[in-house]
Amino acid sequence: MGNQALLSLKGIYKGFPGVKALQNVDFQLQSGEIHALMGENGAGKSTLIKVLTGVYTKDEGEIFLEGQEVSIRSPQDAQHLGISTVYQEITLCPNLSVAENMYIGRSDDMLQNWKKMNEGATKMLESLDIPAKATQQLGSCSIAVQQMVAIARAVDMDCKVLILDEPTSSLDDQEVQKLFKLMKELRGRGVGIIFVTHFLDQVYEVCDKITVLRDGKLVGEYEIKELPRLQLVSKMLGKELDDLSDIKSSDASGETAKQGEVLFEAEGLSSTEGIKPFDFYIRKGEVNGFTGLLGSGRSECVRAIFGADRVVSGSMKKNGKTIKINKPIDAMKNGIGYLPEDRKIDGIIGDLSVRENIILALQVMKGFFKPFTKAQANAFADEYIKTLSIKTASADTPIKSLSGGNQQKCILARWLLTHPDYLILDEPTRGIDVGTKVDIQKLVLKLASEGMSVTFISSETDEMLRTCSRMIVMRDRKVVGELTGEDLTQNKIMSTIAGGEAKS
Amino acid sequence: MEKVSTKLKNMTDTNLLLTITIVVFILMYIGAVLFQGKGFTKPQAFFNILNNNAALIILSCGMSIVMITGGIDISVGGVTALVSMCCAVYLDYHNGNVAVSMLIALLIGLAYGLVQGFLVAYLDIQPFIVSLAGMFFARGMTTIVNTNPFNVENADFVALKETRIIIPGMGSVNKLGKYVDAYVEIGVVIALIVVIAMFILLRWTKLGRSFYAVGGNKQSALMLGINVKRTKFLSHMICSTLAGIGGYVYFLHVGSGAATHAQGAEMNAIASSIIGGTMLTGGVGNIIGTFFGVLSLSTIKDIVSSAGLDQAWWTGITIAAMLCIFLVIQSVVMARKKRAIRK
Amino acid sequence: MSAEKANVKKNKAFTMSSLMRNQIFIPIAALLLLLLFNLIADPGFFKITLGYNSAGNPVLSGYLMTVLDNGSELAILAIGMTLVTAASGGQDISVGAAIAIAGSTLLRALCGTNTRPEVLRMPVICAFLISCLVAMAFGAFNGLLVSIFKIQPMIATLILYTAGRSIAAWINNNELPIISDPKFAYYGGFIPGIPIPTPFFIMAACVIVTMLVLKFTNLGLYTQAVGINESSSRLNGLNPVFIKWLTFVILGLCVAVAALIKVSRLSSINYSVIAKDIEMDAILAVALGGNALSGGKFNMVASIIGAFVIQLLTTTLFKFNVPSDALPAYKAIVVIMLVVFSAPIVRSKLAEISKKMKNPTVKEVA
Repeated sequence: MGNQALLSLKGIYKGFPGVKALQNVDFQLQSGEIHALMGENGAGKSTLIKVLTGVYTKDEGEIFLEGQEVSIRSPQDAQHLGISTVYQEITLCPNLSVAENMYIGRSDDMLQNWKKMNEGATKMLESLDIPAKATQQLGSCSIAVQQMVAIARAVDMDCKVLILDEPTSSLDDQEVQKLFKLMKELRGRGVGIIFVTHFLDQVYEVCDKITVLRDGKLVGEYEIKELPRLQLVSKMLGKELDDLSDIKSSDASGETAKQGEVLFEAEGLSSTEGIKPFDFYIRKGEVNGFTGLLGSGRSECVRAIFGADRVVSGSMKKNGKTIKINKPIDAMKNGIGYLPEDRKIDGIIGDLSVRENIILALQVMKGFFKPFTKAQANAFADEYIKTLSIKTASADTPIKSLSGGNQQKCILARWLLTHPDYLILDEPTRGIDVGTKVDIQKLVLKLASEGMSVTFISSETDEMLRTCSRMIVMRDRKVVGELTGEDLTQNKIMSTIAGGEAKS
Repeated sequence: MEKVSTKLKNMTDTNLLLTITIVVFILMYIGAVLFQGKGFTKPQAFFNILNNNAALIILSCGMSIVMITGGIDISVGGVTALVSMCCAVYLDYHNGNVAVSMLIALLIGLAYGLVQGFLVAYLDIQPFIVSLAGMFFARGMTTIVNTNPFNVENADFVALKETRIIIPGMGSVNKLGKYVDAYVEIGVVIALIVVIAMFILLRWTKLGRSFYAVGGNKQSALMLGINVKRTKFLSHMICSTLAGIGGYVYFLHVGSGAATHAQGAEMNAIASSIIGGTMLTGGVGNIIGTFFGVLSLSTIKDIVSSAGLDQAWWTGITIAAMLCIFLVIQSVVMARKKRAIRK
Repeated sequence: MSAEKANVKKNKAFTMSSLMRNQIFIPIAALLLLLLFNLIADPGFFKITLGYNSAGNPVLSGYLMTVLDNGSELAILAIGMTLVTAASGGQDISVGAAIAIAGSTLLRALCGTNTRPEVLRMPVICAFLISCLVAMAFGAFNGLLVSIFKIQPMIATLILYTAGRSIAAWINNNELPIISDPKFAYYGGFIPGIPIPTPFFIMAACVIVTMLVLKFTNLGLYTQAVGINESSSRLNGLNPVFIKWLTFVILGLCVAVAALIKVSRLSSINYSVIAKDIEMDAILAVALGGNALSGGKFNMVASIIGAFVIQLLTTTLFKFNVPSDALPAYKAIVVIMLVVFSAPIVRSKLAEISKKMKNPTVKEVA
């Protein structure tokens, strides 16, 4: 029994009113391994992690750390035991300095030693190559840097167990590589790492083992070599997946769209968010997309089209006629819909019901003095709950209690209900489960084949390759290229993003 | 312009607002000297501002700490009145001892902090509602303790009240040609000690930094391993205890007990904190700023009353106008800064 | 369909607990508790007698009538306060001062510079409209600070709170006009021949109008959406700045109506006393209605009931000869008790305890 598990969870139960989030879950982590925790949204990953970090208290079960039973009642307990966590959402204080964020809450000293702290932080930032000053206010750093600071904090704590809960969703490829290097280094030092992510590529790149959860229950623990990608997905979904590559076949729709008339065009558009003036057009029934690294300005482009940011220059035409879009309602009245990048901040209205969330946009278009009757609203909501198979207890359920994927479907329903002829989807698949991702991609292609124009933005290039027939490439807030037809390959996109095309 | 915006960007919110406050105060004092004549150039004019506002300085320090932690406490004025009345009744009707009366003041403050802190931190009730009830309770209790206002005649107390601390070299010659020493009251010394102690607390202790962290983002603070409930509780403890001390300093200044004492003091304390650069959203603020906030507020009051606008309404209107200007400045500067960062 | 039916059944099975969870439960429970207390302490509380006042009009009197009468202004203010709270996530603490301003304007319009006018300078309705405009203008000022300059509502309205009564005094040159025309007193008293106090009718009219507005416009949906998630509301075509501003203007209108009643009661005004502390009562009404003071979802009916609970509390305390200066202390204790028992943490703890009491054996067996 030489290799005793570093961390082991036995028979964990956790329930919330009306939901059994975890049922009899076991989990084992050895020291010096990177262990992926996989499952759809709502499978219980987050709950398990929150039990482990003391945010929730478990209803039943035992947790052993290095063979000793431990009880974790608060995040402080977890920290003292050597369990550090980096969450998907930034959990740092924007009003404090970078250094403070790295050191606060870690020791029981009464006094704050600024000099020692700043020195330590500077060393750490340098060694991890993070472009931030120790004394800088955290709120003035970019989101990616903030995320790196959170990781630096966790690393600096000499933890035994490091939990990374979707840390990569706001990082670009370079930063992800940096993170992976770090993870491997820590593994070498004997740290056990639990890694939660939606990106399958990343799992196969760094992980040693995979534990799969489904519906709050343990499916199994596997060596990475024994579980090919397709099997992993089918284990997560609990059914044999109709192959992901299936939907690729409808590529043909893109070809037909080429001949379609131009539905919407913009010339010299720029907004207060600092994108360089760009031209843009989309044909009827076409699916195109903006690609580029995080922060390259792809979201800002579509926000300018929708009037979400203040437009400072440029003109727009729809069906050949000049239109003016100063604010979102103008765009909506011109038949444009926009599913925003950040679901929680810009999308859902948390406390309102699913029904109210679905009808909101159409209601606003209809006008202040013409509310829908309850029956009408219910009919709309029920229709879309059914067609998009949104999993909710009822239309009256507050949207915030739904899983991420289902929330996203509600927002999608909201815009479909307005029957736009041009729909902009900004990262519709971010942070949602594989099954819903596929559903959404399929839906996009279906809508396009019915004549709707769609702009699709995603951080996952293969997703875009599967759906888009034309891609606009961005770098440093500027449009740097456009790819169609045979040029639509991973390599070509990468080289355009990197700026290789200028030389060749 | 470019330079200014990069400088803005690199400054922490707290320092930025502090700078604005100090600059504004100095400008205002210069304005007062220019327009209102020599009265303001005498050091004693400045010391009188301190003498009259020692209690407010202490109350504002507590208020700033609660506001930095993301809460609010509007009971401080009521606590001041309650402390004054209880101490007055004890000293005169029960022939009490001055030291014990101080203890009473402290205990009232501690009790308030204990109850309000518990309700806000551990039962998660909105601080506004809790301290609103606290204010009602204090005002009501004051009249229950004694309905009529009266002056305290206890000899020890009067002696303490009359004690003046002479500041050497700062005196001036009065109208009769006699040299008058500049002085401050004991309350001012206590107020300055409180300012320094609270400054150190906020700047160099873990607890102080936790106040900022909790005010900046409660959820994050929890994840960073800070005991959010305890931190909130302690912020209210400190605020109410300071309200007890401030109440006693107020009592020492006016020397009487009355149910109408310190009417609106909570609003003045909030206004001072805001003028001093504390943001009500929490996480941003500085005790030195608060100190200057009190000075700015009272300078304005002095300017108004010495300008001959004696009617009571002018003071109210000018303070309100000033608060309005400060809030707008804060909001505009912060918005600018945010824009600068995005670019 | 069948799922829905099953849901209904499930709901019925848990009527008690779902009732407990319903927002309106809090104010109604408080109301019943207070009424019960009065019933036990002195059933005379519920007596309503028909008498005649000094002008020879039939008048209903009794403690309950007092509650209905005096609670009217509070209920009217609670309407506006609920909307402001929902949209902006903060409260307007200047309503008392704004009532002073609106009342002062009303008197100035009616009396001019003459403080003891024989005849009024204009019909009351005209003067009322002017005071409405003024009150809405001050509401708009508050709204401007909150919506455009993004200042927290409590602090933004602190400005008017500080200055309001001074402005009110300034409007009438610090004079205290008195109106002798008995017709002016109808709004805050009784209309000859009708034994029910007029404020009650005014309040009822306001409530009915509010309910109609909420039913036939999207005011409710929009304010809640803006209150819950401003950014997302904007992307759905709403104009959050305008909606927040609008709620403050509506509150201004409520203030003007309340001011009419308040001034009419006395046929005069006292700038420093009129509607004193009413902002606190109005905020408490919203809170007692179970509405989150941080904004978002609201329940108008619950707020209005909340207003009457506050008034009932005040009247009850008066009845027990609590001197008016000491009143706040008792009120504070009751308020604290109410918020403590409605705090989610306390409620869930109580539910746990009652569960354990019901089946104490379960735990032991497990």
